[in-house]
Amino acid sequence: MNWVRRRLGQSMAPVVGGVAILAVWELALLVTNPDGFVLPPPSEIIGAVFNNWDAVFDAARNTGFIIVTGLVVGVLLAVGAALLVTRFRTANEIITPLAVSMNAVPIIALAPIFNAWFGLLSPRSNQAIVVVLVFFPVFINTTKGLTQVEPSQLELMESYAAGKWRISREVRIPNAMPFFFTALKISTSLAVIAAIVAEYFGGRQDALGPLITQSAGLTRYADAWAAVLAGTVIGGILYTLAGALERVAMPWHSSVRTDRQSN
Amino acid sequence: MTTVAVAVSSCSKIFNHGKSNEVHALDEIDLAVEDGEFITLIGPSGCGKSTLLRLIAALTDPTAGRVEVNGKSAEQARLDQDYGMAFQRAGLFDWRTVSKNIELPLELMGWSRVDRVRRAGEMLELVKLPEFGGHHPSELSGGMQQRVAIARSLAFSPSLLLMDEPFGALDEMTREHMQDELIRIWAETNTTVVFVTHSIPEAAYLSSRVVVMSPRPGRIASVIDVDLGNRGDHTREDPAFFEKVTEIREALRAVEST
Ligand SMILES: Nc1ncnc2c1ncn2[C@@H]1O[C@H](COP(=O)(O)OP(=O)(O)OP(=O)(O)O)[C@@H](O)[C@H]1O
Ligand SMILES: [Mg+2]
Repeated sequence: MNWVRRRLGQSMAPVVGGVAILAVWELALLVTNPDGFVLPPPSEIIGAVFNNWDAVFDAARNTGFIIVTGLVVGVLLAVGAALLVTRFRTANEIITPLAVSMNAVPIIALAPIFNAWFGLLSPRSNQAIVVVLVFFPVFINTTKGLTQVEPSQLELMESYAAGKWRISREVRIPNAMPFFFTALKISTSLAVIAAIVAEYFGGRQDALGPLITQSAGLTRYADAWAAVLAGTVIGGILYTLAGALERVAMPWHSSVRTDRQSN
Repeated sequence: MTTVAVAVSSCSKIFNHGKSNEVHALDEIDLAVEDGEFITLIGPSGCGKSTLLRLIAALTDPTAGRVEVNGKSAEQARLDQDYGMAFQRAGLFDWRTVSKNIELPLELMGWSRVDRVRRAGEMLELVKLPEFGGHHPSELSGGMQQRVAIARSLAFSPSLLLMDEPFGALDEMTREHMQDELIRIWAETNTTVVFVTHSIPEAAYLSSRVVVMSPRPGRIASVIDVDLGNRGDHTREDPAFFEKVTEIREALRAVEST
């Protein structure tokens, strides 16, 4: 019976913690009732979501589209670049310094410039920001996983006279999987931040970014928080999906397996 | 006339040549291994045993000298998949099951699925892990992983086996069992074996010749012929066996004290 309690305890702990924080938040505002304070209580935020369901839902859908497309394109480009870089020396000499210097650029700061390039109301600029922001962590981590292979494993493949492509398929790519998924999980939250902040500067007007700035401008803070909540939910869903994908792709991985054992 | 399986001629290996961290790992090594011989390399840690084995496997190039395997260059022999190798570290792939790890060389050689599965099953029987085929390597103990690696190196019955301390992580009884199996396979299949070990009794028990190496730079200090006839449990208690053990120990002591 002990393990049942432990299991319940494990999965309930974050829920209990979250509810406790919300309760303290709600109560603190109720008791102190600060004048003109811009933090609405959770109940009001939930209320705002339901009152503006159509607007919040549409905005979440539009921003969600930018996040998902940007994420997919950014991840695919990064993985492609990582494969190129580890396979061809010249590609490495061209792409790696480029990617590193690109990473030093504060990319969010480019949002207004991207808007000028793609058109002020085009979602393309927002997508581009997401793509660029997601690229770097995935590229760096995947490259690391493709190159940091145990030397004896490479020598073993060499002793079988395996070709470069075969070594990639049998050793480098499986070895890179845990690195890739770590980066993918980081990227989900990066993509949400990138999309919403980019939307502050331009793109579609019926999206989460404008909903936040406009509501805040009209002192409708509960609505602004409702939009933030919607972004949080999108981030949570994407993170969970990435984790699920990880489990499916790497049934052998010890972290996944220990998970399963302790669950 | 016996043919020569491995011919190492005046081979030297210097790592990081010309740099401050230069290591003279091997110096002017001459070694001829005849077809069907069982050669053991023994010597203090760092004397270049693994390096010599990797030279034969064409996994590293000699700084000077030449290595021939089965009458061709070591590199050609590697490309022709003439040898099987078991490394000092098991080097199993975590993303493959134990069975699939053993099948890997067979896959690369184009065996059919049915043959591969059957062979992997036989090899697992051989190393006494028949029920672990579906497990992943990380679920096995270090010694069990090492046995899987040995099974993998034997799976395609190579004519030349290069083994770097393959039994180092095994308990005494498993070790003796694996030694007997290896001797049996060697005797039955006319395989040539080059085997690295730190264990003097193991060297005496397995080999037809023991090569004693000295360190800094790695050289062949002496070569001891062993002729104990058919090996078996009786051999381990044979006075002739103990004489060989003593002979090897004294040769090693001479090396260590210089
Ligand atoms: N890749 C390498 N780069 C630089 N030095 C190396 C390399 N590989 C081996 N050496 C050096 O060559 C020497 C011989 O190493 P080697 O691994 O062949 O020894 P060994 O006899 O197998 O030792 P052990 O019994 O501990 O396995 C050592 O001094 C080692 O430091
Ligand atoms: Mg060694």
